[in-house]
Amino acid sequence: MGVTQTSAPATPTQASANLFEDVNAGLEDKGFFVTKLNDLVGWARSSSMWPMTFGLACCAIEMMHAAASRYDMDRFGVVFRPSPRQSDVMIVAGTLCNKMAPALRKVYDQMAEPRYVISMGSCANGGGYYHYSYSVVRGCDRVIPVDLYVPGCPPTAEALVYGVLQLQKKIRTSGTIDR
Amino acid sequence: MVWHPDVGALGDLAEAITTAFPDDVVRAEVVRDELNVDVQAASIRRILSWLRDEPSALFQELMDLCGVDYPDRPQARFDVVYHLLSVKHNQRVRVRLATDEDTPVPSVTGVFPTAGWFEREAWDMYGVLFAEHDDLRRLLTDYGFEGHPLRKDFPLTGYVEVRYDEEQKRVVYEPVQLQQDWRTFDFLSPWEGAQGVLPGDEKADDAAASKSG
Repeated sequence: MGVTQTSAPATPTQASANLFEDVNAGLEDKGFFVTKLNDLVGWARSSSMWPMTFGLACCAIEMMHAAASRYDMDRFGVVFRPSPRQSDVMIVAGTLCNKMAPALRKVYDQMAEPRYVISMGSCANGGGYYHYSYSVVRGCDRVIPVDLYVPGCPPTAEALVYGVLQLQKKIRTSGTIDR
Repeated sequence: MVWHPDVGALGDLAEAITTAFPDDVVRAEVVRDELNVDVQAASIRRILSWLRDEPSALFQELMDLCGVDYPDRPQARFDVVYHLLSVKHNQRVRVRLATDEDTPVPSVTGVFPTAGWFEREAWDMYGVLFAEHDDLRRLLTDYGFEGHPLRKDFPLTGYVEVRYDEEQKRVVYEPVQLQQDWRTFDFLSPWEGAQGVLPGDEKADDAAASKSG
Protein backbone atom coordinates (compact mmCIF):
# COMPACT_ATOMS: atom_id res chain seq x y z
CA MET A 1 0.00 0.00 0.00
CA GLY A 2 1.24 3.52 -0.65
CA VAL A 3 3.32 5.14 -3.29
CA THR A 4 6.85 3.75 -3.56
CA GLN A 5 9.41 6.09 -4.92
CA THR A 6 12.52 4.62 -6.51
CA SER A 7 14.48 7.83 -7.03
CA ALA A 8 14.73 10.94 -4.90
CA PRO A 9 12.50 13.77 -6.12
CA ALA A 10 14.05 16.91 -7.56
CA THR A 11 14.24 19.34 -4.66
CA PRO A 12 15.03 22.93 -5.55
CA THR A 13 14.86 24.33 -2.03
CA GLN A 14 15.08 23.00 1.49
CA ALA A 15 11.51 23.92 2.35
CA SER A 16 10.11 21.81 -0.44
CA ALA A 17 12.57 19.00 0.34
CA ASN A 18 11.11 18.66 3.82
CA LEU A 19 7.59 18.66 2.43
CA PHE A 20 8.37 15.96 -0.09
CA GLU A 21 10.09 13.78 2.50
CA ASP A 22 7.29 14.17 4.99
CA VAL A 23 4.69 13.32 2.40
CA ASN A 24 6.68 10.34 1.17
CA ALA A 25 7.27 8.98 4.65
CA GLY A 26 3.64 9.41 5.58
CA LEU A 27 2.44 7.63 2.48
CA GLU A 28 4.82 4.70 2.87
CA ASP A 29 4.08 4.24 6.54
CA LYS A 30 0.36 4.88 6.85
CA GLY A 31 -1.04 5.28 3.37
CA PHE A 32 -2.00 8.88 3.99
CA PHE A 33 -0.22 12.02 5.01
CA VAL A 34 -0.93 15.01 7.18
CA THR A 35 0.24 18.48 6.33
CA LYS A 36 -0.74 22.08 6.82
CA LEU A 37 -3.03 23.57 4.21
CA ASN A 38 -0.67 26.54 4.03
CA ASP A 39 2.20 24.30 3.00
CA LEU A 40 0.12 22.44 0.48
CA VAL A 41 -1.23 25.62 -1.09
CA GLY A 42 2.24 27.17 -1.14
CA TRP A 43 3.65 24.06 -2.75
CA ALA A 44 0.93 24.03 -5.38
CA ARG A 45 1.29 27.72 -6.15
CA SER A 46 5.04 27.75 -6.31
CA SER A 47 5.21 24.63 -8.45
CA SER A 48 3.21 26.06 -11.32
CA MET A 49 4.07 29.70 -11.68
CA TRP A 50 2.96 30.66 -15.15
CA PRO A 51 4.60 33.94 -16.10
CA MET A 52 3.02 36.59 -18.26
CA THR A 53 5.38 37.13 -21.17
CA PHE A 54 6.30 40.79 -20.84
CA GLY A 55 9.57 41.18 -22.73
CA LEU A 56 10.29 44.84 -23.35
CA ALA A 57 13.95 44.97 -24.36
CA CYS A 58 17.21 43.00 -24.37
CA CYS A 59 16.38 41.34 -21.03
CA ALA A 60 13.70 39.45 -22.93
CA ILE A 61 16.46 37.65 -24.84
CA GLU A 62 17.88 36.33 -21.57
CA MET A 63 14.35 35.44 -20.46
CA MET A 64 14.02 33.39 -23.64
CA HIS A 65 17.33 31.70 -22.88
CA ALA A 66 16.07 30.80 -19.42
CA ALA A 67 12.94 29.31 -20.96
CA ALA A 68 14.77 27.44 -23.71
CA SER A 69 16.25 23.98 -23.58
CA ARG A 70 19.51 24.64 -21.71
CA TYR A 71 18.00 26.09 -18.54
CA ASP A 72 14.45 24.96 -19.27
CA MET A 73 12.24 26.69 -16.75
CA ASP A 74 9.49 24.20 -17.60
CA ARG A 75 11.18 21.97 -15.02
CA PHE A 76 9.96 24.29 -12.29
CA GLY A 77 6.46 24.49 -13.70
CA VAL A 78 7.24 27.86 -15.28
CA VAL A 79 5.35 27.96 -18.55
CA PHE A 80 5.13 31.25 -20.41
CA ARG A 81 1.61 32.36 -21.21
CA PRO A 82 0.48 34.93 -23.75
CA SER A 83 -2.51 36.05 -21.68
CA PRO A 84 -2.65 37.81 -18.31
CA ARG A 85 -5.78 35.85 -17.41
CA GLN A 86 -3.76 32.62 -17.35
CA SER A 87 -0.72 34.05 -15.56
CA ASP A 88 0.39 33.98 -11.94
CA VAL A 89 3.58 35.99 -12.22
CA MET A 90 4.71 38.78 -14.48
CA ILE A 91 8.37 39.07 -15.45
CA VAL A 92 8.99 42.68 -16.41
CA ALA A 93 12.00 42.15 -18.67
CA GLY A 94 13.39 45.38 -20.02
CA THR A 95 13.05 49.15 -20.17
CA LEU A 96 9.62 50.41 -19.21
CA CYS A 97 8.80 53.54 -21.22
CA ASN A 98 6.24 56.16 -20.27
CA LYS A 99 4.16 55.14 -23.26
CA MET A 100 4.12 51.51 -22.11
CA ALA A 101 3.37 52.20 -18.43
CA PRO A 102 -0.47 52.33 -18.72
CA ALA A 103 -0.41 49.12 -20.77
CA LEU A 104 1.77 47.40 -18.17
CA ARG A 105 -0.58 48.44 -15.41
CA LYS A 106 -3.59 47.28 -17.39
CA VAL A 107 -2.05 43.86 -17.98
CA TYR A 108 -1.16 43.61 -14.29
CA ASP A 109 -4.72 44.50 -13.31
CA GLN A 110 -6.03 41.78 -15.60
CA MET A 111 -4.01 39.06 -13.88
CA ALA A 112 -5.89 36.86 -11.42
CA GLU A 113 -4.99 36.88 -7.72
CA PRO A 114 -2.65 35.79 -6.28
CA ARG A 115 -0.20 37.48 -8.58
CA TYR A 116 3.49 38.13 -8.31
CA VAL A 117 5.91 40.41 -10.16
CA ILE A 118 9.57 39.83 -10.95
CA SER A 119 11.41 42.96 -12.03
CA MET A 120 14.23 41.84 -14.28
CA GLY A 121 17.28 43.96 -15.05
CA SER A 122 18.54 47.43 -14.19
CA CYS A 123 16.02 49.30 -16.33
CA ALA A 124 12.99 47.66 -14.73
CA ASN A 125 14.55 47.92 -11.26
CA GLY A 126 15.26 51.63 -11.30
CA GLY A 127 15.60 53.04 -14.79
CA GLY A 128 19.16 51.81 -15.06
CA TYR A 129 21.04 53.19 -18.01
CA TYR A 130 18.04 55.36 -18.93
CA HIS A 131 17.42 56.71 -15.43
CA TYR A 132 17.68 60.34 -16.55
CA SER A 133 15.80 59.88 -19.82
CA TYR A 134 12.70 61.91 -20.61
CA SER A 135 10.77 58.84 -21.78
CA VAL A 136 11.60 56.07 -19.29
CA VAL A 137 9.89 55.14 -16.03
CA ARG A 138 12.46 55.19 -13.23
CA GLY A 139 11.69 51.67 -12.06
CA CYS A 140 8.61 49.59 -12.77
CA ASP A 141 7.77 49.67 -9.04
CA ARG A 142 6.43 53.16 -9.69
CA VAL A 143 3.63 51.49 -11.63
CA ILE A 144 3.12 48.01 -10.13
CA PRO A 145 4.11 46.38 -6.81
CA VAL A 146 7.22 44.23 -7.25
CA ASP A 147 7.98 41.05 -5.29
CA LEU A 148 11.47 40.33 -6.48
CA TYR A 149 14.23 42.28 -8.17
CA VAL A 150 16.80 40.52 -10.37
CA PRO A 151 19.85 42.75 -10.83
CA GLY A 152 22.00 42.81 -13.92
CA CYS A 153 22.24 44.48 -17.30
CA PRO A 154 20.95 42.18 -18.56
CA PRO A 155 20.85 39.46 -15.87
CA THR A 156 22.07 36.12 -17.15
CA ALA A 157 19.59 33.32 -17.68
CA GLU A 158 21.01 31.69 -14.53
CA ALA A 159 20.26 34.86 -12.58
CA LEU A 160 16.66 34.82 -13.74
CA VAL A 161 16.30 31.13 -12.88
CA TYR A 162 17.74 31.91 -9.45
CA GLY A 163 15.23 34.73 -9.13
CA VAL A 164 12.40 32.37 -10.00
CA LEU A 165 13.64 29.92 -7.36
CA GLN A 166 13.82 32.73 -4.81
CA LEU A 167 10.24 33.68 -5.64
CA GLN A 168 9.20 30.04 -5.16
CA LYS A 169 10.86 30.14 -1.77
CA LYS A 170 9.07 33.38 -0.94
CA ILE A 171 5.71 31.92 -1.89
CA ARG A 172 6.34 28.75 0.13
CA THR A 173 7.60 30.44 3.26
CA SER A 174 5.41 33.53 3.39
CA GLY A 175 2.44 32.42 1.34
CA THR A 176 -1.02 32.67 2.78
CA ILE A 177 -4.32 31.66 1.29
CA ASP A 178 -5.56 35.21 1.22
CA ARG A 179 -2.73 37.28 -0.17
CA MET B 1 38.75 43.87 -49.28
CA VAL B 2 37.60 47.39 -48.57
CA TRP B 3 35.05 48.82 -50.93
CA HIS B 4 35.75 52.31 -52.24
CA PRO B 5 33.12 54.44 -53.92
CA ASP B 6 33.63 55.50 -57.50
CA VAL B 7 34.58 59.09 -56.70
CA GLY B 8 34.90 60.04 -60.36
CA ALA B 9 31.33 58.98 -61.08
CA LEU B 10 30.14 60.90 -58.01
CA GLY B 11 31.86 64.01 -59.32
CA ASP B 12 30.14 63.55 -62.69
CA LEU B 13 26.84 63.20 -60.90
CA ALA B 14 27.47 66.38 -58.92
CA GLU B 15 28.08 68.18 -62.21
CA ALA B 16 25.00 66.66 -63.82
CA ILE B 17 22.67 67.65 -60.98
CA THR B 18 24.08 71.18 -60.90
CA THR B 19 23.49 71.48 -64.66
CA ALA B 20 19.98 70.09 -64.40
CA PHE B 21 18.97 72.39 -61.52
CA PRO B 22 21.17 75.47 -61.70
CA ASP B 23 18.84 77.55 -59.51
CA ASP B 24 17.84 74.90 -56.98
CA VAL B 25 21.12 73.25 -56.10
CA VAL B 26 23.04 75.45 -53.69
CA ARG B 27 26.14 73.31 -53.64
CA ALA B 28 27.12 69.84 -54.82
CA GLU B 29 30.50 68.59 -53.78
CA VAL B 30 32.32 65.37 -52.98
CA VAL B 31 33.62 65.40 -49.43
CA ARG B 32 35.57 62.41 -48.09
CA ASP B 33 34.44 60.31 -51.03
CA GLU B 34 30.78 61.11 -50.35
CA LEU B 35 28.53 63.31 -52.44
CA ASN B 36 26.69 66.07 -50.56
CA VAL B 37 24.02 68.03 -52.37
CA ASP B 38 22.64 71.12 -50.63
CA VAL B 39 19.35 72.20 -52.16
CA GLN B 40 16.58 74.76 -51.77
CA ALA B 41 13.76 73.35 -49.64
CA ALA B 42 11.03 74.23 -52.16
CA SER B 43 12.55 72.08 -54.93
CA ILE B 44 13.25 68.92 -52.93
CA ARG B 45 10.52 66.91 -54.66
CA ARG B 46 11.77 67.69 -58.16
CA ILE B 47 15.35 66.95 -57.22
CA LEU B 48 14.56 63.63 -55.53
CA SER B 49 12.36 62.64 -58.49
CA TRP B 50 15.19 63.46 -60.85
CA LEU B 51 17.68 61.46 -58.76
CA ARG B 52 15.24 58.53 -58.73
CA ASP B 53 14.42 58.50 -62.45
CA GLU B 54 17.54 59.81 -64.20
CA PRO B 55 19.20 56.80 -65.91
CA SER B 56 22.67 57.84 -64.78
CA ALA B 57 21.53 58.11 -61.16
CA LEU B 58 18.62 55.71 -60.38
CA PHE B 59 18.67 56.38 -56.64
CA GLN B 60 15.56 54.31 -56.13
CA GLU B 61 15.81 53.79 -52.39
CA LEU B 62 15.44 56.34 -49.64
CA MET B 63 17.56 54.83 -46.89
CA ASP B 64 16.97 57.49 -44.29
CA LEU B 65 15.45 60.86 -43.69
CA CYS B 66 16.44 62.67 -40.55
CA GLY B 67 16.77 66.06 -38.94
CA VAL B 68 19.71 67.92 -37.47
CA ASP B 69 19.48 70.79 -35.02
CA TYR B 70 21.95 73.68 -35.17
CA PRO B 71 20.68 76.01 -32.41
CA ASP B 72 23.42 78.58 -33.03
CA ARG B 73 22.45 79.30 -36.62
CA PRO B 74 20.71 82.68 -36.82
CA GLN B 75 18.04 81.45 -39.23
CA ALA B 76 16.91 78.04 -40.48
CA ARG B 77 18.20 76.14 -37.46
CA PHE B 78 17.22 72.70 -38.76
CA ASP B 79 18.69 70.58 -41.51
CA VAL B 80 16.68 67.81 -43.11
CA VAL B 81 18.94 65.12 -44.56
CA TYR B 82 17.94 62.55 -47.19
CA HIS B 83 20.17 59.52 -47.76
CA LEU B 84 19.63 57.79 -51.09
CA LEU B 85 20.98 54.52 -52.44
CA SER B 86 21.32 53.48 -56.05
CA VAL B 87 21.42 49.71 -56.25
CA LYS B 88 21.94 49.90 -60.00
CA HIS B 89 25.11 51.98 -59.79
CA ASN B 90 26.16 50.99 -56.25
CA GLN B 91 26.30 54.60 -55.11
CA ARG B 92 24.98 56.74 -52.32
CA VAL B 93 24.13 60.41 -52.14
CA ARG B 94 23.23 62.76 -49.32
CA VAL B 95 20.77 65.56 -50.01
CA ARG B 96 20.40 68.34 -47.44
CA LEU B 97 18.14 71.31 -47.02
CA ALA B 98 17.75 73.89 -44.29
CA THR B 99 14.51 74.99 -42.65
CA ASP B 100 13.20 76.50 -39.43
CA GLU B 101 10.41 75.48 -37.09
CA ASP B 102 7.75 77.52 -38.93
CA THR B 103 8.49 76.86 -42.58
CA PRO B 104 7.09 73.57 -43.83
CA VAL B 105 9.24 71.36 -46.02
CA PRO B 106 7.42 69.75 -48.96
CA SER B 107 6.72 66.13 -48.09
CA VAL B 108 8.41 63.59 -50.36
CA THR B 109 5.91 60.82 -49.66
CA GLY B 110 4.80 61.12 -53.29
CA VAL B 111 8.33 60.34 -54.47
CA PHE B 112 9.29 57.74 -51.87
CA PRO B 113 6.32 56.26 -49.96
CA THR B 114 8.69 55.10 -47.23
CA ALA B 115 9.28 58.73 -46.28
CA GLY B 116 5.94 58.74 -44.44
CA TRP B 117 7.21 57.41 -41.14
CA PHE B 118 10.60 59.07 -41.54
CA GLU B 119 8.91 62.44 -41.78
CA ARG B 120 6.68 61.63 -38.83
CA GLU B 121 9.80 60.80 -36.84
CA ALA B 122 11.53 64.04 -37.90
CA TRP B 123 8.42 65.97 -36.90
CA ASP B 124 8.27 64.15 -33.57
CA MET B 125 11.92 64.56 -32.68
CA TYR B 126 12.69 68.01 -34.12
CA GLY B 127 9.38 69.71 -34.84
CA VAL B 128 10.12 70.09 -38.53
CA LEU B 129 6.85 70.54 -40.42
CA PHE B 130 6.17 68.69 -43.65
CA ALA B 131 3.61 70.11 -46.06
CA GLU B 132 1.09 67.80 -47.73
CA HIS B 133 1.94 64.84 -45.53
CA ASP B 134 -1.17 62.65 -45.16
CA ASP B 135 -0.80 61.81 -41.51
CA LEU B 136 1.75 63.96 -39.69
CA ARG B 137 1.30 62.53 -36.18
CA ARG B 138 3.96 61.85 -33.61
CA LEU B 139 5.61 58.49 -34.14
CA LEU B 140 7.76 57.55 -31.15
CA THR B 141 6.96 59.65 -28.10
CA ASP B 142 4.15 59.21 -25.61
CA TYR B 143 0.53 60.10 -26.37
CA GLY B 144 0.03 63.74 -25.51
CA PHE B 145 3.77 64.35 -25.35
CA GLU B 146 4.82 67.98 -25.53
CA GLY B 147 8.07 69.23 -26.99
CA HIS B 148 10.55 67.78 -29.43
CA PRO B 149 13.17 65.74 -27.57
CA LEU B 150 16.08 65.82 -29.99
CA ARG B 151 16.20 69.61 -30.07
CA LYS B 152 19.29 70.80 -28.30
CA ASP B 153 17.28 72.99 -25.93
CA PHE B 154 15.12 70.07 -24.72
CA PRO B 155 16.20 69.01 -21.21
CA LEU B 156 17.48 65.44 -20.99
CA THR B 157 15.06 64.40 -18.26
CA GLY B 158 12.10 66.08 -19.94
CA TYR B 159 9.26 67.76 -18.07
CA VAL B 160 6.98 64.94 -16.82
CA GLU B 161 7.31 61.49 -15.30
CA VAL B 162 4.70 58.79 -14.68
CA ARG B 163 3.52 57.06 -11.55
CA TYR B 164 0.55 54.83 -10.69
CA ASP B 165 -1.87 56.63 -8.45
CA GLU B 166 -3.52 54.26 -6.00
CA GLU B 167 -6.47 56.59 -5.41
CA GLN B 168 -7.26 57.49 -8.98
CA LYS B 169 -6.45 53.93 -10.07
CA ARG B 170 -4.56 55.05 -13.13
CA VAL B 171 -1.13 56.12 -14.31
CA VAL B 172 -0.67 59.85 -13.71
CA TYR B 173 1.81 62.36 -15.08
CA GLU B 174 3.70 64.61 -12.70
CA PRO B 175 6.53 67.16 -13.02
CA VAL B 176 9.93 65.51 -12.91
CA GLN B 177 11.43 65.16 -9.45
CA LEU B 178 14.73 63.35 -9.59
CA GLN B 179 15.53 61.37 -6.45
CA GLN B 180 19.21 61.52 -7.19
CA ASP B 181 21.33 64.33 -8.58
CA TRP B 182 22.79 64.15 -12.04
CA ARG B 183 26.15 62.44 -11.75
CA THR B 184 29.10 64.02 -13.47
CA PHE B 185 31.89 61.57 -13.96
CA ASP B 186 35.51 62.58 -14.45
CA PHE B 187 36.43 60.72 -17.60
CA LEU B 188 39.92 62.18 -17.90
CA SER B 189 42.53 59.47 -17.78
CA PRO B 190 45.74 60.08 -15.82
CA TRP B 191 47.62 60.08 -19.13
CA GLU B 192 45.49 62.51 -21.11
CA GLY B 193 43.83 64.60 -18.43
CA ALA B 194 46.73 65.48 -16.15
CA GLN B 195 47.84 69.08 -16.33
CA GLY B 196 51.47 70.09 -15.72
CA VAL B 197 54.49 67.86 -15.58
CA LEU B 198 54.06 64.27 -14.51
CA PRO B 199 56.44 63.07 -11.76
CA GLY B 200 59.67 61.95 -13.39
CA ASP B 201 59.09 63.77 -16.67
CA GLU B 202 61.33 66.66 -15.64
CA LYS B 203 64.30 64.29 -15.81
CA ALA B 204 63.63 63.71 -19.52
CA ASP B 205 63.77 67.47 -20.15
CA ASP B 206 66.96 67.76 -18.12
CA ALA B 207 68.53 64.89 -20.02
CA ALA B 208 67.57 66.42 -23.37
CA ALA B 209 68.95 69.81 -22.26
CA SER B 210 72.27 68.37 -21.07
CA LYS B 211 72.63 66.34 -24.26
CA SER B 212 72.07 69.29 -26.59
CA GLY B 213 73.96 71.73 -24.33
